[in-house]
Amino acid sequence: MTPQSGKPVSRNKILFGIGVLAFVSVIVTVRLGGFLVDNEYRQPDQLSAPLQTEATAGIVDALEVEEGEDAATAARRIEQALEFADDQGIPEATPRLRGIADEQATDEAEARARPYEEAEYRAVPFVGSRVTVWVLAQLHLLFAAFVLAVPLFAFIIEFVGYVKKEERYNKLAYEFTKLLSVSFSMTATFGAFLTFGLIILYPKFTNYLMHIFSPTFLPYVLLFFLEALFLYSYYYGWGKFGPKMHLFLGFMLNIVGTAIMFIANAWLTFMMSPGKRDDVDGDGVPDFVSAVSESGALLSLRDAFFNFTWMPINIHRIIANVAFGGSIAAAYAAFRYLQAKTDEEKAHFDWMGYVGNFVAIIAFLPLPFAGYYLAAEIYAFSQTLGIQMMGGTFSWLFVIQAALIGNLFLGANYYLWLGMGRMEGGVHFQKFIKWLLIAIALCFAVWATPRYAISSVSEIAAMGGSSHPQLSYLGQMSAKNTAVNILILSTYMSFLLYRRTGRQSVHPHRDLLTRAQAIVFSSAAALVIFYGVYGYFVDSATRIRFAIPQVYSVLAALVVITVIDLPLYRNAAQSGETKWGRMPAVSQYALIFIALSFTWLMGLMGYVRSGLRQEWHVYGVILDTSPDAYTPTLGFATQVVSVTVLIFFGLLGVVFWLSSLGGKKDWEPKPVADGRDQLEGGQAA
Amino acid sequence: MWGLNLPIVLALAAIGGVLAWRRAHTLVWLLYTGGALWAFFRFGFAVPIPQSVVTIYLGITVLALVSYASSSRERLAETVQPIQRLILEPRYRLALAGLLVALPGLAAYNAYADLTMPLEAPGFGREIHPPPPTELTVHDETIDMATAENPYLHYKHDDPELYGKHVENGRRVYYENCFWCHGDGMGGDGMFAHGLNPVPSNFNDVGTLPALQSSFVHWRIAKGGPGMPAGGTPWDSAMPAWEKFLTTEEMWDVNLFIYDFNGYEPRALGQH
Repeated sequence: MTPQSGKPVSRNKILFGIGVLAFVSVIVTVRLGGFLVDNEYRQPDQLSAPLQTEATAGIVDALEVEEGEDAATAARRIEQALEFADDQGIPEATPRLRGIADEQATDEAEARARPYEEAEYRAVPFVGSRVTVWVLAQLHLLFAAFVLAVPLFAFIIEFVGYVKKEERYNKLAYEFTKLLSVSFSMTATFGAFLTFGLIILYPKFTNYLMHIFSPTFLPYVLLFFLEALFLYSYYYGWGKFGPKMHLFLGFMLNIVGTAIMFIANAWLTFMMSPGKRDDVDGDGVPDFVSAVSESGALLSLRDAFFNFTWMPINIHRIIANVAFGGSIAAAYAAFRYLQAKTDEEKAHFDWMGYVGNFVAIIAFLPLPFAGYYLAAEIYAFSQTLGIQMMGGTFSWLFVIQAALIGNLFLGANYYLWLGMGRMEGGVHFQKFIKWLLIAIALCFAVWATPRYAISSVSEIAAMGGSSHPQLSYLGQMSAKNTAVNILILSTYMSFLLYRRTGRQSVHPHRDLLTRAQAIVFSSAAALVIFYGVYGYFVDSATRIRFAIPQVYSVLAALVVITVIDLPLYRNAAQSGETKWGRMPAVSQYALIFIALSFTWLMGLMGYVRSGLRQEWHVYGVILDTSPDAYTPTLGFATQVVSVTVLIFFGLLGVVFWLSSLGGKKDWEPKPVADGRDQLEGGQAA
Repeated sequence: MWGLNLPIVLALAAIGGVLAWRRAHTLVWLLYTGGALWAFFRFGFAVPIPQSVVTIYLGITVLALVSYASSSRERLAETVQPIQRLILEPRYRLALAGLLVALPGLAAYNAYADLTMPLEAPGFGREIHPPPPTELTVHDETIDMATAENPYLHYKHDDPELYGKHVENGRRVYYENCFWCHGDGMGGDGMFAHGLNPVPSNFNDVGTLPALQSSFVHWRIAKGGPGMPAGGTPWDSAMPAWEKFLTTEEMWDVNLFIYDFNGYEPRALGQH
């Protein structure tokens, strides 16, 4: 790559790095020296009388078996000490020492005679095996989600640039792709870490999964190889290939990445739902067809792979990955925006943050529906899992989920409102913010209202139970579905207002079309509220089906309003230009907040999906008999999720820093007064 | 009305009306909104809202108010202008001094109130339905909870007469054993219900029977309170384990009857 504008890495940073390295080196050297002095055995040629006494004490010390030392090593060491004592004619080294040596030899013989037994589980000190694998899997997944998502929208942005013949899109797509290289290495590193973690800590169960899915591993590795090939050719080949060829590489990168995810999804969904649903006896009632026998033997790889929850997870993950990837890319842009020194840099990263956030929110809007589909399939597969998830212990986590999603909606809208400040004449739409905010806060509150609240004894006595006579209505599905649909409509309205800020339609039928949009919007909102209220007066089966017209009316409204809006604001008159880079710092923190909320949400809901199996490795087939086979408290689970998110963001900081190095100036010797170059360290060249 | 504490609600609305009439400043509106919502959540309902829910609502309120105040440069400048004047202008020094005393005083009062709060045992949130086991053994017969259905349900279409006989048998079992707690009309209001906490299930509720597979209901009848899962305790269910008193057929019959009586169908396997 050619050197670009920007600052070189500062001397202080390098000095700091060297200092840290030096400090670590000193510690390592001292520890290593101590270890060698303690453990090295040196046989002196000859000992003087006082030294012989000292050696005797040393030998007696040497005969103590050290903590953690295995029998064979101790026996060998003691044998050598005794030989040395014999050579030196040291009298204390005889009967007792020989007795100890015999004991050690017996232990060693016993160890040799003991048959090999395969370990079922191994332990990790302090944190335990489960938390270790949990954190590793989550970190792997977060990076993997990012690596799969970024090519998806980088490809789309590049394609838009190709069609519109605008170079800025191409540059933006390249900026996104810069983040991929380091993230890909992180994904692979944590993938390997997780694999070894599973093999070491859960050897028997991992072996079982290998037995079930052995035919899928080789294709997985080959696809991974292909992904590396396409990813690096896509990244390093930017500007080196023709646009069509380059787009083809991006397309293939996405196809291969998605295929990899689909294979890995089969492994994890099998653990949850090891079989498929099919009407075997033709009575119209779906039957469960297990992919494995009662003892766990494989009956059908096809059923194990294409199992009950495989497709719902695939759909949910693709959408969630794009939302998550967009938010992380926006956070990167925010990070660079806050560091930017020039107006040009600020404008570029402001635009990048806007696009990243736009991608995240567009993908986020259908996500609740995909989540609903996944939850419904889990419920349909097993009422135990479904009840455990939505009505049992895990249901409390959905209250936290509601709070996080509410925060995401609020954060996304807030960013759009602040974005109106980029445009001249943005004041016009400011008056609507109040009403949008009221709608969003109300829906947020409805969504976060628990059906059964955490209450004290006196509160329960006052309410006559754990549910409040009025508020418990807000804890039901009808209210929740209504709230999320109105949230989506409100967010879309914020986007429409943002899009119109500073622009005046010149379409001949602009009044008519605007009224049509208002009618569609109000009708969708009215329909959603109607079904939400009507849902309280019908049975649950009918009520659940009301979710479908609610979703369709919202989706239809989004499509119709967009279709009207495109011609309406084509070639619109602008009251002023859009000033990219004119955003307050708080807007960038909002982007980082959104990314953090997405990451936390992924960690939390990942735990719910995985923890639902409770004491099962493979639900209903392979029991978890390890000491960790219990459901942790909700507080502990959220702490693990929080620590994982913190580690992820720490690593992400490294990724951002490495990715931003490309924009720094190349290192150059500093010119000095007498015309000679001087190295940064002050050494004359 | 609607479970609201009307005097409080009307008083808050009246203050809002006065502020609107006086065209109050943005900062005043923000302070009023925060304070009024706090008062509404805390005192506006005839049955008080649990503190945990009030905390959630107030968190959302604060987020929303901060978002509104800072949603544009102009609005932020307008909102903080009175605060700047309070701090900078000499004529407000007395008010500023009062505020500097009042704010730590408020924090101190909060700490005092927290420390002198009356001690109270924590309550236990009830779960909607306990998670059933994956397999159920009743009278030496093991069924798979995911796939099992009431064995007599299909008679509804295949042999209505036989179906009627099973329902009648279920009716007899119900009014001999169950109605004491679950009530004549299955509203969970039988003559013993008032002595029980939690109260017995209300089978008229559209959210109960239709949301459950018949295997779940069979599990609850057969194993009762003693068969509740280890997670989510204490259940405090007074329901006896009816497998000790009834035959398997009687339990399936009463299962059939309670659905038939209320006009509900059990949730089918695989139904969303």
